[in-house]
Amino acid sequence: MSQITQRVELPVGSMGRHASGWWGMIMLIATEGALFGYLLFAYYYLAVQHGRDWLPPVLPGWAWSIPETVVLLVSAGVVWLAERRLARDGGDLLLVVMLLVAALLGVAFLVLEVFDWASESFTPYTNAFGSLFFAITGIHFLHLFVGVLILFVLALWAALGYFDRRRTAILMTGALYWYFVSLSWLAFFFTLYISPRLSVG
Amino acid sequence: MTRFAKIAAFTVAGLASAAAAPGAAASPMGYLNADGQFAGRILPLLWGLFILSVTVILVIAALVIAGVARRARRAVIREVPLVDSHATAWIAIGVGVTTLILIGFVAWSSVTLARIAYPPSDPALTIRVTGHQWWWEFRYLDHKDPSQSFVTANEIHIPVGKPVRVELQSADVIHEFWVPSLAGKTQTIPGQTNVTWLEADRPGVYRGQCTQYCGNQHAHMVLAVFADRPDSFEAWRKDQLRDAPQPNTQETSLGERDFVQHCAACHTVRGTVAEGKLGPDLTHLMSRSTIAAGILPNNPGYLSGWIANPQNLKPGALMPDLDISGPDLASIRSFLLTLN
Amino acid sequence: MTAAEYHRVPRIIGADYDSPIARTLERTWETKPGIYGWISSVDHKEVGIRYLVTSFIFLILGGCMALVMRLQLATPNESLLTPEQYNELFSAHAITMIFLYAQPVLSGFSNYLFPLVLGGRDMAFPRMNMFSYWLYLAAGLFMYSSIIVGAVPNNGWFNYAPFSLKEYNPGMNMDFYALGMVFLGISTTVGSANFVVTFLRMRAPGMSINRVPILTWGTTTISVGNLLAVPSVSLAFFLLWLDRRFGTHFFKPEGGGQPLLWQHLFWMFAHPWVYVVVLPAMGMVSDALPFFCRRPLVGYTVVVLGTITTMALGFGVWLHHMFATGIPFLASVFFSGASFVIAIPSAVSVFAWIATIWSGRPVMTCAFLYFASFIVMFTIGGVSGVMTAAVAADLQLTSTYFVVAHIHYVLIGINLFAVLGALHVWFPKMTGRLMDEKVGLVAFWIIFIGFNVAFLPMHATGFLGMPRRIYTYPAGLGWEATNMLTTVGAFILAVGLLTYVINILRSRSSGALAGPNPWDGGTMEWATPSPPPPYNFPVVPTVASRHPLWEGRIPEGVGRSEWRNGMALDDGKEALATTVLDAQPDAILKMPEDSPAPFIVTLTISAFFVGLLLQLWWLAGAGGFATLAGLLVWLWPERELEQRAGAAQ
Repeated sequence: MSQITQRVELPVGSMGRHASGWWGMIMLIATEGALFGYLLFAYYYLAVQHGRDWLPPVLPGWAWSIPETVVLLVSAGVVWLAERRLARDGGDLLLVVMLLVAALLGVAFLVLEVFDWASESFTPYTNAFGSLFFAITGIHFLHLFVGVLILFVLALWAALGYFDRRRTAILMTGALYWYFVSLSWLAFFFTLYISPRLSVG
Repeated sequence: MTRFAKIAAFTVAGLASAAAAPGAAASPMGYLNADGQFAGRILPLLWGLFILSVTVILVIAALVIAGVARRARRAVIREVPLVDSHATAWIAIGVGVTTLILIGFVAWSSVTLARIAYPPSDPALTIRVTGHQWWWEFRYLDHKDPSQSFVTANEIHIPVGKPVRVELQSADVIHEFWVPSLAGKTQTIPGQTNVTWLEADRPGVYRGQCTQYCGNQHAHMVLAVFADRPDSFEAWRKDQLRDAPQPNTQETSLGERDFVQHCAACHTVRGTVAEGKLGPDLTHLMSRSTIAAGILPNNPGYLSGWIANPQNLKPGALMPDLDISGPDLASIRSFLLTLN
Repeated sequence: MTAAEYHRVPRIIGADYDSPIARTLERTWETKPGIYGWISSVDHKEVGIRYLVTSFIFLILGGCMALVMRLQLATPNESLLTPEQYNELFSAHAITMIFLYAQPVLSGFSNYLFPLVLGGRDMAFPRMNMFSYWLYLAAGLFMYSSIIVGAVPNNGWFNYAPFSLKEYNPGMNMDFYALGMVFLGISTTVGSANFVVTFLRMRAPGMSINRVPILTWGTTTISVGNLLAVPSVSLAFFLLWLDRRFGTHFFKPEGGGQPLLWQHLFWMFAHPWVYVVVLPAMGMVSDALPFFCRRPLVGYTVVVLGTITTMALGFGVWLHHMFATGIPFLASVFFSGASFVIAIPSAVSVFAWIATIWSGRPVMTCAFLYFASFIVMFTIGGVSGVMTAAVAADLQLTSTYFVVAHIHYVLIGINLFAVLGALHVWFPKMTGRLMDEKVGLVAFWIIFIGFNVAFLPMHATGFLGMPRRIYTYPAGLGWEATNMLTTVGAFILAVGLLTYVINILRSRSSGALAGPNPWDGGTMEWATPSPPPPYNFPVVPTVASRHPLWEGRIPEGVGRSEWRNGMALDDGKEALATTVLDAQPDAILKMPEDSPAPFIVTLTISAFFVGLLLQLWWLAGAGGFATLAGLLVWLWPERELEQRAGAAQ
């Protein structure tokens, strides 16, 4: 008998990165990352084709977008702390609170985003720039909306005592999604709010 | 096994004979022969690739057939023992040869592309082609003297032996401009202008066709390029610059009135009040050999039939059936027959 | 809480298919009877067969469309079809064959074979596996429902803007296609993720990354490709739908959009897709051809590297579909060079197969004939592709019947021939009965002759300048003879396929019994009975070489593979996860029970898309909400799956 069939102690069930779900999330992130990449390709392709007349007279503003970026990064940080807390101390009330805080920060982003949309000088129907601006932020909005739902569900499951120091896989997997959708905002923030200002001059 | 070999041999022979056919037979749209510099410069590459392809297919087919014929048996599978010899040399040699050939063709292809990117000499004139569902608009441009510009449809005349610059635009969807014996394809794309060129070595008529699917009547979007000797081209050009002649009989002036009433929303006849832009310019309709984008001969019979009932001849065409009365149809036709 | 519930040392036992543990596993893993059981099943073999049957039905439907078109094109100025009918037919034919047959049929084989050849019990995500099938079926029915309302997609499978926009295409035709493709994209993505994780994590211990069958390499490679490419087309169709429905400006020049943006997004997906529908087929040939040459494949490693290289390069050649759009000179040269280079890894496979035949002892069976002719068809489809890689030549070849002939040599020659051969090989595994070789031989020759009579002369039709996608043509352009030949060939091909289908149906009930390993194959699936039990293997096999069943007969690997002794994973539905490269035991996975959730969520997603199509926003909203709710229930941590803390108490 080969040595592989010797007796070894193996983890059972969903255990961290041994869990299939965690690997599935990597796949989801790969394909969603590609989707975001194609959105950015569409934006830069049209921008290059247009040259100087691409940007609207009034550029997308800072007033909402900077607070959006801040709450999102803070939220991702809180999830990261929650993940560490679970691994160290197991599931407890503080974990639930942290997840709820992160989710509410996510909600704050969604609300700020709506105000941002209302404040812009263009609509999806104005021109191609407007269409793409709203397509990018809209598709990201939907992803973030799903992410917020996930955080609330994780908070609920934490409250039900489903997690402990070893059963962390589900939280890890959900957190991974949240890191992805919140950090990918930076690419969109750069593209839609910062890069237009770099090209002026 | 011999059956397999026979079929394979038949197959390859079939391909070879089919490919040889275009050069010999009458094939107005064939591109394994050429009558202009653009198409002519592509031709050696095309033949080179074709001969290479047939050779590769023959070699691979022969290797497969020989490999099978050498050892093959009809046996119960378990009666044949397993073997495990080394045979990786096949891959090394095969891929090595393939790579060398491909590198050669990359170079040949790039050189050819450079040679067709620009015409051999400065273009003699510029024609702006606008693709429409489902016909071609041709505007002969003269930037220095706009009075020398004029518009026609579906048939181009060019001076033989002189390169012509072709600017491609679209009025609606994407079409593709192609005159196989003169030049390769270029799309007409709304919102942008593509540029290609045409040149014909010999006088003659060269058929072209839209090759980008563009809707219902994509099949019936034909054009013709007339390569004329310089003097007859110049005569044609002068002719095209003229306005339509004033009607000089009662019937033709009645015809002009009926034409304006029924047709002017879409068609232009220079020198009359008909200035529609949706359909082809008809100022010199009778100088063209075909109507309805190359699908019908231009004679009084087809002309009447087309005006009376375009949807029957070209279903889905944007020209509607107008239910023109018999007398009106006759007078319109008599007017159109004066437009040469 | 003790450590015991989180870790376990599995028993090592000896067991065969008659052991008590086998009976326990049978009860644990079997699909329950009745309609509810049928809907709830998550057995990968069930999923695979459903994929195969459904894709064959689509193949037959698409084939019938082709026959009607060939009648219309048999002679000049034919008036069997109106232009609208023809345009809808050629579009529906392409969509059916490319999206609803060619890829799903390969998914069918892969779903059936992955766990068997990898020595596992199921895919990594059994429920998602059935989910991907239901979504495929639903998306297919969604697009086919356009026939009922008489608004079939009518813009070819390229669907170029702006003809696809509302201004030029006001009916619902394009909405069916746009939403249907986004819908189908979910199925493809779910399936692809499952293949990749299964390949990485669900192999038998010892089946290191250099010992897996090539077909799993092929499918895994294209699955990664799908994960990266499908979003492009989903996005393109979604943006198209926004343009059509809400008047945004992505593809229309008015307002600053660009029709060419469509072509870029479409071909960034569609060129990789060409490899998606051939690489797994090539993988099946690489695995099964050796059975009939009585030797292992020559050049395993380079063939695998070639597969991966092809896919990677496949992402860098999309512009060669756009040489006629007025792209800059340097871009043309670059993409042309890349398109030539992509032929090199394909040459690796061709010479590997030839070397396998030359150095082996070929045994003539129907499957072998399909594979041997496949090599030649592959070459024809390959070199005609290389011809179009030369930009200047492509400016003549593109959009003519030459390209139509090329794509049919790819899709029929490389995909269908491999599929028909592979079915001869694995049909006995699926049903326990062999396909009849005599009828099979007749079918093969009719198919081979019909296919080549139809499509070899079509290259000449192209050289004679016939544009593709025209519903009729005038006499006198030299197109009559080859068009008639193609029509005749198409009908011969149809007769051949009919013979093939009859052979399947007859053999299913009255074919000779196959036994576990009728072809004396060397890979793990042949160690199971035909058909395999729901749990595949009673104990976890251990693999020591590429051909565990050939060990001792050819010098390969070190040590011996073992599938009669091994870990007993029988505490409910369990499977072993292994490490990515070396396939060392890594975890005991709790596999989900049968569940109606995939079917129900498919229904809610369908309601969502129907709502979008008909602009019944309440329906779309309800479908979307129900989908989220359904997913929540589906994903709720289960005690039995050891997903919750303290579950074992």
